[in-house]
Amino acid sequence: MSVLDTTAPAGAPPAAEVGEPVRRRSFGRALVATGRGRAGCILVGVVVVAAIAAALGGTPYNPQFQNPLAGLKAPSLAHPFGTDQFGRDLLSLVLQGLWVSLEIAALAVAIAGVVGTVGGIAAGFFGRWTSTVIMRVTDMLFAIPAILFALAIVAALGPGWLNSALAIGIGYVPIFVRVVRGPVLSLRESGYVRAGRVLGFSRWRLLARHILPNVAGAVAVQASLALSWSILAEASLSFLGLGPPPPTASLGEMVSQASSLAGTAWWTLAAPSVAIVVAVIGFNLLGDGLRDAVDPRARTR
Amino acid sequence: MLIALGRRLLSMLVTLFGVAVIIFLVLRMLPGNALTASLGVSTGLLSHAQLVALDHYYGVGQPVLSQFGSWLGSVLTGNLGVSLSSRTSVASLVGSALPVTLELAIGSMVIGVLIGVLFGVFGALRPGRVVDNLGQGVAVVGLGVPSFIIGTGLVTFLASTFHYFPSSQGFASLFRDPWLNLQQIFFPALTLGLGVAAALLRTTRAAMLEVIGLNYARTARGKGLARRQVVWKHLFLGALVPVLTMSGIQLGYLLGGTVVVEQIFVLPGLGRLLVTAINNRDFPVVQSVTLIFASGFVVVNMLTDVAYTLIDPRTRS
Repeated sequence: MSVLDTTAPAGAPPAAEVGEPVRRRSFGRALVATGRGRAGCILVGVVVVAAIAAALGGTPYNPQFQNPLAGLKAPSLAHPFGTDQFGRDLLSLVLQGLWVSLEIAALAVAIAGVVGTVGGIAAGFFGRWTSTVIMRVTDMLFAIPAILFALAIVAALGPGWLNSALAIGIGYVPIFVRVVRGPVLSLRESGYVRAGRVLGFSRWRLLARHILPNVAGAVAVQASLALSWSILAEASLSFLGLGPPPPTASLGEMVSQASSLAGTAWWTLAAPSVAIVVAVIGFNLLGDGLRDAVDPRARTR
Repeated sequence: MLIALGRRLLSMLVTLFGVAVIIFLVLRMLPGNALTASLGVSTGLLSHAQLVALDHYYGVGQPVLSQFGSWLGSVLTGNLGVSLSSRTSVASLVGSALPVTLELAIGSMVIGVLIGVLFGVFGALRPGRVVDNLGQGVAVVGLGVPSFIIGTGLVTFLASTFHYFPSSQGFASLFRDPWLNLQQIFFPALTLGLGVAAALLRTTRAAMLEVIGLNYARTARGKGLARRQVVWKHLFLGALVPVLTMSGIQLGYLLGGTVVVEQIFVLPGLGRLLVTAINNRDFPVVQSVTLIFASGFVVVNMLTDVAYTLIDPRTRS
């Protein structure tokens, strides 16, 4: 899958003639066929590559290196995003913070995705009793706004890297349960699952080979949207001072610091904000693009 | 209709009970049991009578089930516990913070609905024209830029360019100094309202475009009704259900958003109370405020459901 693949058709595919078998396009092409999918791929690609590069030590400067003589310098060739009040290079700090954000968001989404998918499949596939219990609990979790739930969990566990991920992840579980359960309910009654049952396949084989692959698309779409939300939630938590403690760089905390500096040094606010906005919008667009690619009928205008 | 309403009410009560259980479990039963620990450490400031009241409130030393019963019973009778850090009853803290948050939430919703619905309706009437493009621009900003960035930017801009910072004089109550109060609420409400506006604008626009081509809309135009009547009484009313759904969802986000925005604009509301309490490890406050926020969300969702049955007769089964 290449984001530079310009041979993909720009608009919707031509409607297939009646009777002609629908040609299966490659998934990668379908993803970059829409403007949103393409933009999402590019933004997410930039964000992820930059963050990984920063994690491997590829920042222009040491992010924590302080140079009191070069404090609050406006953006220049030497410091494209300027410097903060301690003379640290903001580009390097932002890249480091981006990596921390992505790490926490990815762990949170992994937690939510695994728990939610298992719960959703169980609720859809197993008996009525299991389903009722799971859906009741889900409804109740849903009744608490996710960011508040995250705040409550951080309050109980204390701030920190792992706790942020847990707090954000648990709040997102109900959404995965709902997204997965629907398709599983209809798949359970579909022809090939019934056929498998008649052939005497075990429950686990049916689940792993016939159900799971068919909900993978929906899970992938939701995972991308969840990443977008998690980055936002992580930034909100650390903005409130409830993220990972310093010296870990964190984008939300940088925004909070900038609120007293930005009047004279606008770039201290702009640098972390741009990173957050690009990451949030990028994963959101990627999610939209994935949805269009997975289910062309759901293509929105 | 009444039976349906009763069933909704009952299921709301069940949900509220579940919410109380979850909050209790999260704040009391997680490893480390932070509350009991903090009761041991930071109760030195409380008087003996307050300590006894708090012990009773939490059912300290009793089995889990009766701890929960003790807490829920107290909450239902209006006893929200004693704040560990300020040594006053949580109910009085909540009493002074709740009106601020309510005012902020209502203000944001008004701004969000006004911007969202107006741009959505007029944008859909002439897609691709100036108003529509302007609206789409607002939507991109409102959806893509988190409220804490908009808020921080707004505060900095107002303070550095106009030396305007209405919150610096302390918070003014709506009844004592309405003019200052409105100034203090307007910018936070605008910050939160932009996010609401963006979501509502998209929903309204899409819903309007759906109904604009339908036969009944053509009939209304064809029989010579005034344009305003066609747009608001026929088109908008037909597009109202998804708009209402989105409003309900947005109110949930709004409640979460007040936490951040109150922090930025130094508003003494529930959200600020919650963050301060988390930082002070003041668990009686955290527990009660979380419960209040969640209950508010549940009630709003139920009201949204009831509103459906009022505007859409098909859901009255």
